[in-house]
Amino acid sequence: MARKKTIRTIPQSRTKAREQAPQERVRNFSEVALVYRTEEAAVEAERCLMCPDEPCIKGCPVGIDIPAFIERIGQKDLRGAYDVIAETNLLPAVCGRVCPQENQCEGVCTVGDSLEPVAIGRLERYVGDAAIANGWVNIPYIQQNGFRIGIVGSGPAGMACAADMAKAGCDVTVFEAFHQPGGVLRYGIPDFRLPNEVIDAEIANLRKIGVRFECNTLVGRLFTIEQMVDELGFHAVFIGTGAGYPSMLGIPGDSLNGVLSANELLTRCNLMRAKDFPSYDTPMPLGKRVAVIGAGNTAMDAMRVSLRLGAEKVYCVYRRSRTEAPARAEEVHHAEEEGVEFHWLTAPVAVLDDGKGGVRGMRCIKMELGEPDASGRRRPVPVAGSEFDFETDQIVYAIGTNANPIIGQTSRLRLNQRGYIDTDPDLATSVAGVYAGGDIVTGAATVIEAMGAGRKAARSMKAYLGIRDAEAAEAGPPIFGIDARERNFVRVRA
Amino acid sequence: MNSDTLSRFEIVARQDFSDVTYLLEVRHPLMAKAARPGQFVIVMAHEHGERIPLTIADYDRARGTITLVIQAVGKTTREMQQNCKLGSTLYGMVGPMGIPSVTSHARKVICVGGGLGVAPIFPQAKAFKENGAYVIGVLGFRSKSLVFWEDKFRACCDEFIVCTDDGSAGIKGLVTEGIRLALAKHADIDEVVAIGPPVMMKGCAEATRERKVRTLVSLNPIMVDGTGMCGGCRVKIGEEVKFACVDGPDFDGHKVDFDDLMQRLRRYKDEERAALERWSESCRLMNQEPVLPLTGS
Repeated sequence: MARKKTIRTIPQSRTKAREQAPQERVRNFSEVALVYRTEEAAVEAERCLMCPDEPCIKGCPVGIDIPAFIERIGQKDLRGAYDVIAETNLLPAVCGRVCPQENQCEGVCTVGDSLEPVAIGRLERYVGDAAIANGWVNIPYIQQNGFRIGIVGSGPAGMACAADMAKAGCDVTVFEAFHQPGGVLRYGIPDFRLPNEVIDAEIANLRKIGVRFECNTLVGRLFTIEQMVDELGFHAVFIGTGAGYPSMLGIPGDSLNGVLSANELLTRCNLMRAKDFPSYDTPMPLGKRVAVIGAGNTAMDAMRVSLRLGAEKVYCVYRRSRTEAPARAEEVHHAEEEGVEFHWLTAPVAVLDDGKGGVRGMRCIKMELGEPDASGRRRPVPVAGSEFDFETDQIVYAIGTNANPIIGQTSRLRLNQRGYIDTDPDLATSVAGVYAGGDIVTGAATVIEAMGAGRKAARSMKAYLGIRDAEAAEAGPPIFGIDARERNFVRVRA
Repeated sequence: MNSDTLSRFEIVARQDFSDVTYLLEVRHPLMAKAARPGQFVIVMAHEHGERIPLTIADYDRARGTITLVIQAVGKTTREMQQNCKLGSTLYGMVGPMGIPSVTSHARKVICVGGGLGVAPIFPQAKAFKENGAYVIGVLGFRSKSLVFWEDKFRACCDEFIVCTDDGSAGIKGLVTEGIRLALAKHADIDEVVAIGPPVMMKGCAEATRERKVRTLVSLNPIMVDGTGMCGGCRVKIGEEVKFACVDGPDFDGHKVDFDDLMQRLRRYKDEERAALERWSESCRLMNQEPVLPLTGS
């Protein structure tokens, strides 16, 4: 028994992950952050205090048993660490990379009270990558129950829901409108943050537990939600179609040819592989000077993609200050390192025409911060007379999205005032047996929140179908002296 | 549900109308069941291909097929013309997309198709007829040799006007000439539906504007996903910005900003030309290959 670790005895600073140098990586689409080496992971695992109150688990939207997997890393039992994670999260290589850990598990880590928090995300990725490299998959013993589940959308919410329903013994089919599954992981998040091979590997794991993926299927038009229940024989349906319909600013010049949404830029580049044009057919010519409007993660991705597609200069234009920027701190930092020029407290008022249908520049106005608004962020107020012109030939809007109208147009599901699907706290929609979660319910949020919603909906669907759920024991008292936490043994097929 | 039905898109018939226009009938029973007039699909010919929108020109629920009529204008459509043979499959086909056209209300309509637009206007003309309307078909072609589907239209139109640019078939002139003739003859036209190149649809809208005859056009902007998530297909309708893929593709022709649409259609013209040239060059080289060893032997 090792002596008890204290805040004084652990390594005081967080183990840095090696990264590609900025001047190097800005010319390629390979991953920026490299995975921990074995010894690096061991040192970082040593920093976990194994707190009895486990705040990190509560900080994780899917409730991964974080101290348990870190302990196994410390014991060099990587397979064991993977099994712990896989009980609650089938996509560790994805989540370890893209979760905003500073607001979740790492944000509440006890070590973080006095030192840098334990690098939980990097450790999770380390385990996830090892699982992919070794072909590990945690296939539980599944007893088929005859229920058929239809899942609309193959993004993080749909994948998480599919995994839970398949493990519960249901026959699960995931419908995807694009020709490849993955949702935002595929079309949105670029390869230098999340390589396609990682998504492929995680989806292959879902296939191994029996989940079927039907691509090229636009639910709401090829068949409706109601038809899925009535004619196609699905006993329950989950809708995880995400946040579509990008917002435009509605300023003069919006429709000029040099203006596009970040979704279009990222879809062309990532899913359609315009970055490999002409060996792939979809073009994405970019201007020399690209201005990206917004400062969320989508904006950071759009900026960094633009640099890699060959833009000479990339600007970030955001109407609030750096403090209010919604992007992960690490993403802003990476964008800065790569040479993005930030214009805080600046808002566009018009796109300027080059006379040939393209963009010659943008008229902006300086802002200052006023009182906090409903979201708690300080409201930007224009500074009178501070307009100035800005030379740019490409403008990318990354200012958020609105609800996609397709499901609303073709089903009788109740929507809220903003057009998102209305659900009760259990994520049930107004149609019996139909559940919804992720961005189509909450508006744009994070990958892990969508996964959390997918799992929550799965729990509700199991209750609706009368499937007894082992997880229900989670909340209950110890039975026959066995701690509820020991529920986690899983019967694993060889 | 058999997973086969959703992921294999077999070409079960092909017909060539001219050296640039060809028809593909593709098996997809669920889509044949769901498709309505006015809707479109997005097709990917192969794994490295781009996604292109094509209007559904016909559907046969009994055969479980939909029909696409394609004009070879650029790299993708020419490549498909070369490779999409009977029995081959498309890599991807998704739809039916867009809001179906409303064909139940009008008593007397003019259905206008120009060039390739002749094909997608057919399901609308047929639906109007089935709903009891008096249908006047106005079809425009450059010349007689390009005329197709005359028999199909005659079967569902009460009156039928063919216009050719050179007068080699029907009346000489543009489809707007046909619209003027029809409007002059009938005072009680409820609606005009026009599908074709943007400049033609713009002309149709102008031809009916004065008489204030409701005129619907089917817009064809550049699309990527076709599901409303990228906004590449945004169009100006009066003061509003709409996404043609989910809010359309049908819009009130009198409100559409056609100049904006045409400007945005030219967005990638350099890349399109380069892609076509590169492909044509590679075809030329490929075609030479069998010749070389022969001359050597």
